[in-house]
Amino acid sequence: MLSLNELWFILVAILFIGFFFLEGFDFGVGMALRLLGHNDLERRLLINTIGPFWDANEVWLLTAGGATFAAFPNWYATMFSGFFIPLAVMLLALIGRGVAFEFRGKVSHSNWKNLWDWVIFFGSLLPPLLWGVAFSAILRGMPIDKSMNIHGSFTDYINVYTLIGGIAVTVLCLLHGLIFITLRTTGDVQTRARNFARKLIYFVGLFLVAFVVGTYLSTDIFARRGLLLTVIYAAVVIALVLAGLFMNKKRDGLAFTMTGIVIALAVGSLFIGLFPRVMISSISGANDLTIHNAASGPYSLKVMTIVSLTLLPFVLGYQIWSYYIFRKRVTEEHLEY
Amino acid sequence: MDTLLLSRIQFASTTLFHFIFVPLSIGLVFLIAIMETMYVVKKKDVYKEMAKFWGHLFLINFAVGVVTGILQEFQFGMNWSNYSRFVGDVFGAPLAIEALLAFFMESTFIGLWIFGWDRLSKPIHLLSIWLVSIGTMISAFWILAANSFMQHPVGMVIRNGRAEMNDFFALIKNGQLWVEFPHTILGSFATGAFFIAGVSAFNLLKKRNLDFFKRSFNIAITIGVITGIGLALVGHEQAQYLVKTQPMKMAASEGLWQDAGERGDWTVTASIDEKNHKNTGEIKIPYLLNFLSYGKFTGNVKGMENIQKQYVEKYGEGNYIPPVKTTFWSFRIMTIAGGIMCLLGLYGAYLVWRKKVLVKTWFLRLMIPAIFLPFIGSSTGWIMTEIGRQPWTVFGYMQTADGVSPNVSAGSMLFALLSFSFMYAILAGVMVYLFVRVIKKGPAKPTVEELNSNDPFDGEDFHAFAE
Repeated sequence: MLSLNELWFILVAILFIGFFFLEGFDFGVGMALRLLGHNDLERRLLINTIGPFWDANEVWLLTAGGATFAAFPNWYATMFSGFFIPLAVMLLALIGRGVAFEFRGKVSHSNWKNLWDWVIFFGSLLPPLLWGVAFSAILRGMPIDKSMNIHGSFTDYINVYTLIGGIAVTVLCLLHGLIFITLRTTGDVQTRARNFARKLIYFVGLFLVAFVVGTYLSTDIFARRGLLLTVIYAAVVIALVLAGLFMNKKRDGLAFTMTGIVIALAVGSLFIGLFPRVMISSISGANDLTIHNAASGPYSLKVMTIVSLTLLPFVLGYQIWSYYIFRKRVTEEHLEY
Repeated sequence: MDTLLLSRIQFASTTLFHFIFVPLSIGLVFLIAIMETMYVVKKKDVYKEMAKFWGHLFLINFAVGVVTGILQEFQFGMNWSNYSRFVGDVFGAPLAIEALLAFFMESTFIGLWIFGWDRLSKPIHLLSIWLVSIGTMISAFWILAANSFMQHPVGMVIRNGRAEMNDFFALIKNGQLWVEFPHTILGSFATGAFFIAGVSAFNLLKKRNLDFFKRSFNIAITIGVITGIGLALVGHEQAQYLVKTQPMKMAASEGLWQDAGERGDWTVTASIDEKNHKNTGEIKIPYLLNFLSYGKFTGNVKGMENIQKQYVEKYGEGNYIPPVKTTFWSFRIMTIAGGIMCLLGLYGAYLVWRKKVLVKTWFLRLMIPAIFLPFIGSSTGWIMTEIGRQPWTVFGYMQTADGVSPNVSAGSMLFALLSFSFMYAILAGVMVYLFVRVIKKGPAKPTVEELNSNDPFDGEDFHAFAE
């Protein structure tokens, strides 16, 4: 029988997977704004593909943060204080990005729009990059002392392995976003997005393989769960190859499903590698944070379980419904932003 | 500068900034939902235009409120990790529920509302904006449940060196929450109402879109007067609750060093000497303090020196007196702002009833700066609530100084504080600029008054202005 601590570890993992899957493509669209959009109309078109969704997608991150705080206060406290600067920069990026969607269309001056387009670009580039770096660093182990505090030096955060992790997540989000664009647009923009994605997928494959190799060399997770992880990474490779094949055949929906699977498996593998730890100490295994010493008490977990399992079906239901309402491709006639 | 001071400054400034947008969002979306309801019920396009025009302003404001809110959830862990470890078991739950129950609802249905004008049926579109409105209130409920726990910790035991939840329903039933929540929601409605009333007054003075802005003004002033009076009543309840649960904060907000005695003089104004525990130049009203504290004219409100002695016995050596001047004056500024709002609301409602709004140009002129009153009220109200609780962060259990992250350097915190301040300054500037633009541009199209209408907000003589 699953213990509540295990259940909450899985729920936090699901929330992060949901965040990377959903916000992943709108980060990708945000980056594509500068890389793909040639003029203002095209950029508006791109923004409108994620218009009704991006805000709710971001709530997955907030909920993941809230759930971590509630279920594993020590995990939340150690991670958030330990990654103070990366998180501060990520917050700045998310703040800028969020208002930019709203602000950019309010004044029809090209400098104004250009400015906010760049804010959206960096606001969409930095969060996946920083989360990629942060999760790789967590997997590699951070200097956590006896009182659960991280006293990291620069190279604990930034090194070859974490940079590969950061770039892998970023290009994966961009690919996911480009395929989302092919799903939501028509004509020239769609064609260009597809062509771009077909080239980009090789980079994604390269960085994912590099990340797996790095993980093998820099972390202990293969030593712990080698077989399971090998199976997962094999599935990642297969899904990525299939995504490429589906794109060639212009089966965009299936290609999108495949990049979604890549994201879900890749993020899921990090949590599988961690389990039952939630933060790894590079100083001593005794200082590791686990789903037990980082968790809230049984009463709190029970309350949270009842509340979230009651609410989650409704939340998923209306979110899926909103995607159903806006299932039609975005055209120039219907631009709200 | 040390990390504690930097963290305090960051928390205070980012939270106050966030709470400029929150009440305006809660208030505006509630009024917009009412307007759209009138559109669906009365089938008059002017109400649709109203929902759309005020919706533009709401969306700009909402965006800033949302993004500044992300920071709020993160900075507990970033700047106050010891606090997070201590309270997470209790405090985390309302935050997680807020995200799951409110944030998803707000963000999904605001998307449906913005993009759904042509795609959704009228009732479903209307339902969307009401769900956003309800979402903002649910959000307020849960974050205030968390805050109420800090003011008046209930439903928990100290175990394993931290606060652990043992009664979830006690958290929800917390008496503090049930005075704080209505006060905040009414204050938010008033914020939206005075904003719409003020902007409408400005346009009425300019004689632009008279029908449009008169209707907006009427709806706003109606909500304004109801919430204004409600605020005063709930505020009174809250003060009585405060005397029971946090007597020190009450005494500080009254500048009361010694017990007040049987007569219960209420100090209107005083020059406070925090060092020597003395006030000079006091103006006092007898018996009023007893009424404010207990709802009757007898009693004896305890002074700070007395409470300090009790707390030293109970919690050990230390200074348990909060910054008195700040608490004293923020309380007064809040009540004055609220009082003026009540008067303006009452007079405005009278003018609407007598159909004389357009002729009283001095009143319309007054309503423009009155936009700021609710903001002043809520900011000073929160300053009093939070500063008045010091030195505690969780009353009676953890002091603010013990909550700060021990492993974050002052340099990192300074970087965060400076960059957030810089970012927020830009946001504030852009927001004001965009607000002015949208207001100047006005509604999409001027609307024509329908003369034969049963609308209770109709019928004011439009030539009144020329008379």
